Amino acid sequence: MATAAAELDHPFRQEARTWLEANFDPSLRGKDNAMSAVDGPTEETPEQKKWREAMGEKGWGVPTWPKELGGGGLDRTQARILQEEMARIGAWNPIGGMGVMMFGPTLLEYGNDAQKQQHIPGIVRGEVRWCQGYSEPGAGSDLASLQTFAEDKGDHYLVNGQKTWTSGGQWADKCFALVRTDKSQKHAGISFLLIDMDAEGVETRPIRLISGQSPFCETFFTNVKVPKENLVGREGQGWEIGTRLLQHERNSLSGGGGSAGRMNAGTTVPEIAKKYRGTDAEGRIADADLRTRIIKHEMDQRAFALTLRRAALEAKGNAGPSAATSIMKNVGARITQDRAELNIEIMGMQGLGWEGEGFTEAELAQTRSWLWGKAVSIYGGSTEIQNNVIAKRILGMLDHQ
Amino acid sequence: MAVLNDEQVMLRDMAREWADNESPVAAFRKLRAAAPAEGFDRDAWGAIGQMGWAGVVIPEEFGGSAFGYLSLGLVVEQLGRNLSASPLSSTAVAASAIVMGSSDKAKTDWLAKLAGGEAIATLAVDEGPNHDRNFTTTKVGNGKLTGTKPFVAEGDSADVFVVAAEDGLYLVARGEGVTVSHRSMADERSHAHVAFQDAPAEKLGGPELTAAVLDRAAAITCAEMLGMAESAFAQTNDYLKQRVQFGQVLSTFQALQHRMAKQFTELQLMRSAVEGALEAIDAGRSDVDQAVSLAKATAGETLRLVSREMVQLHGGVGMTDEYDAGLYLKRATVLEVMWGNSAWHRDRFARLNGY
Ligand SMILES: Cc1cc2nc3c(=O)[nH]c(=O)nc-3n(C[C@H](O)[C@H](O)[C@H](O)COP(=O)(O)OP(=O)(O)OC[C@H]3O[C@@H](n4cnc5c(N)ncnc54)[C@H](O)[C@@H]3O)c2cc1C
Repeated sequence: MATAAAELDHPFRQEARTWLEANFDPSLRGKDNAMSAVDGPTEETPEQKKWREAMGEKGWGVPTWPKELGGGGLDRTQARILQEEMARIGAWNPIGGMGVMMFGPTLLEYGNDAQKQQHIPGIVRGEVRWCQGYSEPGAGSDLASLQTFAEDKGDHYLVNGQKTWTSGGQWADKCFALVRTDKSQKHAGISFLLIDMDAEGVETRPIRLISGQSPFCETFFTNVKVPKENLVGREGQGWEIGTRLLQHERNSLSGGGGSAGRMNAGTTVPEIAKKYRGTDAEGRIADADLRTRIIKHEMDQRAFALTLRRAALEAKGNAGPSAATSIMKNVGARITQDRAELNIEIMGMQGLGWEGEGFTEAELAQTRSWLWGKAVSIYGGSTEIQNNVIAKRILGMLDHQ
Repeated sequence: MAVLNDEQVMLRDMAREWADNESPVAAFRKLRAAAPAEGFDRDAWGAIGQMGWAGVVIPEEFGGSAFGYLSLGLVVEQLGRNLSASPLSSTAVAASAIVMGSSDKAKTDWLAKLAGGEAIATLAVDEGPNHDRNFTTTKVGNGKLTGTKPFVAEGDSADVFVVAAEDGLYLVARGEGVTVSHRSMADERSHAHVAFQDAPAEKLGGPELTAAVLDRAAAITCAEMLGMAESAFAQTNDYLKQRVQFGQVLSTFQALQHRMAKQFTELQLMRSAVEGALEAIDAGRSDVDQAVSLAKATAGETLRLVSREMVQLHGGVGMTDEYDAGLYLKRATVLEVMWGNSAWHRDRFARLNGY
């Protein structure tokens, strides 16, 4: 991607470079970790901790968030320069998770000052883990049919109900939840409530996934007392706030945010193919059929990157994510899954190891991430639901009457 | 559905009933938790032996029933529906290598035992993670075989191996010169790394035999894939008919109806291609190779589609280990690789037709 000349000698570039070089320990290259991972808190090494604290202090993990709340206070150009400078030395952002991707931006928009001051700094420093209490066993795609009830008890709410698929619920400190405060109306009866995961009456039970991991939970609320000051926005405004948050979620899941680096990290599919399948006399991937499909995938990925870039440029000036994030989420999901399937196919039996002898760590990780990746077209609004959004909100198509 | 004779109908119905009652997916889960070294349930295998299913492609003079491949396929299909873990396919196909082979000693030593399920056999062919029947470095000299086969299905329990060497197929009994180590794969079934070092070997036949046996192995694998695809599809269809969102069962959404209709259509093509390959083998036709490549390429694509859709259309629960979708997806992907994936068979199909 070309960088404009004015940006090349932007004074911020030198500042960023100097600070990063002083604070990023080169031994950490490629050792992403901790808060950004869904599969739980990985053991932080002292070097990783130091790096997280330095970035947290500087606010550069969330470069565009306001300075008075601990954020970086950078403008978009500076943020882009920061990203470029980090990429240049192989540095990664140690501040992540649902607080950064979804909850923070939503609270900045809808929270009151006290709430922002209470919750934003902990996210900025990567010290507080948030989880999302949206889905329920009977309310998945049809989120608005949720039943978890928050009863008004004067100075507090009494919350009862069950959430499910709560990612990272067992490791989270806090939960942003959609709850029902009014049983008489579907959408307008929903409120956005912040719940402490260590409050009395909150219980989590991890659910095992097809990948063998258990990164999400069933979460039960039994007579949980939640102070009224934990209501974000007005009572009954939860649906509006909650769907706004989903746009941030889709935006970040589409590769427009945090996951972009990860998707492109590591070796490319053609490189893996050359390594595992060998090359012909001209140095090309030996299997013609596979080669054709890999090319198709690579082109898909490039076209997607260009589209993300175009969308980012066009959105300059617009406020926040739009319905177009549904398109990005679907393409991002498809590409992620295609890539994993191609890698499995390339590696053959060697890419289907489960554990133990005979497989490298990278090969075993490939199997697990292929299976885990089946979720990207389900969570954050499934592909089908995004298609409904595209058809109705963008194309103006109508429901079956 | 192929036109079946009375015996075949009986065999199919009996296999279906047995698989549903005695070997449902729950039985596989139990087995997975117990994790016996051999990778299957001894009692279930004993029952299979008694019912004579391992002898379906073995001549009557050696204790089999000689019903043929379409019949064996019908049984394997029923087991595939329920993900029944059993060394039936590998034993039956390895037995057919002995039947077609030139060694009378091998026939008298092994066929009766294999037909009755008293012994387990398997093929050891590929030397890499992908199927490549033209790449074999395994050598035999003075009746001793040396080579390494890194992914042998049912290798954990096999009493005897049908091994591909540079000049054809050999029979090697477990024991002297044979080292077996288990490999844990995504489908959590039996796969082993088998090393042969100067193992006593008996020649069964040359490269033509290897080719014929591999086509039979691929065709029987297709039968398992067919059963899995049918069952995965039916489970998804049932789920959509009972899961309510937006105040309606999911099966009322046209977007999903068309997805199911598409899978159903593909399943019809898959069944025809798979049965076609099995019938070609039984009829001794000269185009078995083409029929098998058509079947395996089609089966790979269709099962991939159906198992992927099974996870997706179940939504969040499809991602959980508690639901069966993941079990189908994982087994499907292993079978897709075995004996050549869709790309490999498309390529062979093109070559056979001179494209
Ligand atoms: C790995 C993972 C992590 C998750 N993390 C969280 C989390 O942290 N917090 C949280 O609250 N939730 C989380 N979820 C839940 C996720 O948001 C839901 O799974 C998702 O919204 C789908 O709901 P469902 O599972 O009930 O599927 P269902 O709604 O039952 O859908 C089943 C199938 O039907 C399709 N479908 C449904 N309605 C329609 C329609 N109108 N038209 C066409 N097709 C339709 C769906 O696309 C899907 O394919 C997570 C899910 C996964 C898999």
